[in-house]
Amino acid sequence: MAKGVWIVAEHRNGALRNVSFEVASVARKLADELGEDVCAVLVGSGVEGFAPELGKYGVDKIYVADDAMFADYTTDAYSAAVAKVVKENDASILLLASSVQGKDLSSRLVGKLATGMASDCTEVKIADGKLLAIRPMYAGKCFGEIVMESYPQMASLRPKVFPIVESAKAGEVVKFDAGIAADALKTKVLETQKDASGKVDLTEADIIVSGGRGMKGADEYKVIEELADLLGAAVGASRAAVDAGWRPQSDQVGQTGKVVSPNLYIACGISGAIQHIAGMSSSKYIVAINKDSEAPIFAKADYGIVDDLFKIVPEVTAAAKKIL
Amino acid sequence: MNIVACVKQVPDTEAFIKVKPDGSGIEEGNIKWVMNPYDEYGVEEALKLKEAKGGEVTVVSLGPARAMETIRTALAMGADKGVHITIDDADAYNTAAALAAAMKDINPDIVFCGQRAIDDDSGQVGSVLAELLGMPQVTIITGFEVDGDKVKAVKPIEGAQLVVESAMPCVVTAQKGLNEPRYASLPGIMKAKKKPVDVKDAAALGLSVEPKAKIVRMTPPPERAPGKIIEGDDPAAKASELVKLLREEAKVI
Repeated sequence: MAKGVWIVAEHRNGALRNVSFEVASVARKLADELGEDVCAVLVGSGVEGFAPELGKYGVDKIYVADDAMFADYTTDAYSAAVAKVVKENDASILLLASSVQGKDLSSRLVGKLATGMASDCTEVKIADGKLLAIRPMYAGKCFGEIVMESYPQMASLRPKVFPIVESAKAGEVVKFDAGIAADALKTKVLETQKDASGKVDLTEADIIVSGGRGMKGADEYKVIEELADLLGAAVGASRAAVDAGWRPQSDQVGQTGKVVSPNLYIACGISGAIQHIAGMSSSKYIVAINKDSEAPIFAKADYGIVDDLFKIVPEVTAAAKKIL
Repeated sequence: MNIVACVKQVPDTEAFIKVKPDGSGIEEGNIKWVMNPYDEYGVEEALKLKEAKGGEVTVVSLGPARAMETIRTALAMGADKGVHITIDDADAYNTAAALAAAMKDINPDIVFCGQRAIDDDSGQVGSVLAELLGMPQVTIITGFEVDGDKVKAVKPIEGAQLVVESAMPCVVTAQKGLNEPRYASLPGIMKAKKKPVDVKDAAALGLSVEPKAKIVRMTPPPERAPGKIIEGDDPAAKASELVKLLREEAKVI
């Protein structure tokens, strides 16, 4: 019988990523309810050294495939390795992060393992001994409760929604051979171009200061950037601002942009069209600054100021400077 | 070159989505249906590839009778022929299995999908399809070129972007930024009416309709507790109050 809560640990530049700890923490909670173990799969090159760190977040056993062929993430190599060990051990539940890599890997695994998955979940629990996953659908206009009718029961978890919880477990490392012939691999990474700005990615930011149509132009983002710099925040934009050419596509938050879940989202001159709300409604705190008191963004905001953003934002920067 | 673009008909991004009282699904009454925006990028890239290298673009869609409108839209944009697999609804795995079955006779050199559909937001079909076709994949791409018998794709990741090479045949999934989809021209729309669309019934293809991921209930989004509007005439005072709340009440700065 299928058993155990499994996760795939994600790493980059020689360290585990925070999303791995988020997923491990969730797995621990589910496993405790089921009275089962948490197992992690870690695939990479030179990763064995940091594998035991997963033990801190409740992982009992870590299956490690450490080989030069895994130096870069590629779908074919990583999915083959994970599928092999998960199948051999008849995993009951398999969780990944809904990060860029997690989206790619998890969906390929759905095919390889011929199973079902709930993507980008914001809540998971055990009901009647099975995984029950809750996730936004239609860009968060409604939510779906999903059960999997096959094993492993898969879910990918929206980054930054689930808290990281420490819970010391053995973190025993078990090496496994993925059994992949390197010449069978059909994709490779030719180049990695790092974002020259060195700014934190929107999906990883704890704070986002975002500007919309009310910004009126590209240069006007200076007021937003000043506040963002002070708070160590990332700068976001609405679709209107991106379509107007004021900000790059990579800054867009919303239904056709990025889905973000920061601790604090400050929406400046953003009306709160449903496409935008879709991308940021799982933020923990939302601040709206907008001239129009009727703007729908205020219905989603924890704190609102009805005023001209060009008057308010510099004052917020000045006030924050005093205490930070 | 044998090019396939997969498309799905979805509610317009502006659509108001209302869950049925029994939670079994959404009310479809007043919805305006459109081609999934990410699929539009896929269709556009397929057409550009055909223009550059020659060949034929087949558009494949799974869905109820109304999905034919979306197939006709892709044909009006310039695709050559269509395949419509009729089914009311299917989960990601079964959708991919149906698309794979429909592609058996096509033998694609490359398959374009949207990176996800904006209705169920699952983002799984392209990858599952690639697995079932035994092809490599590059997902969520913003740049694409064919170089000899290989594909070179640009893929943004957190804080960086990758250039990924893949052997062909392969499946790629399109992200916003890949291109600017063209509009269907009036002559295009006229021509589309005469282009062939092969309609196949999912059951006749021997496909399972038993979902592997089953939606047991749908609910409206949770309500957020009403927020606090900071009143006053002085911008500096309001800003100070906001900073104080963020620091002391929310504890987020």
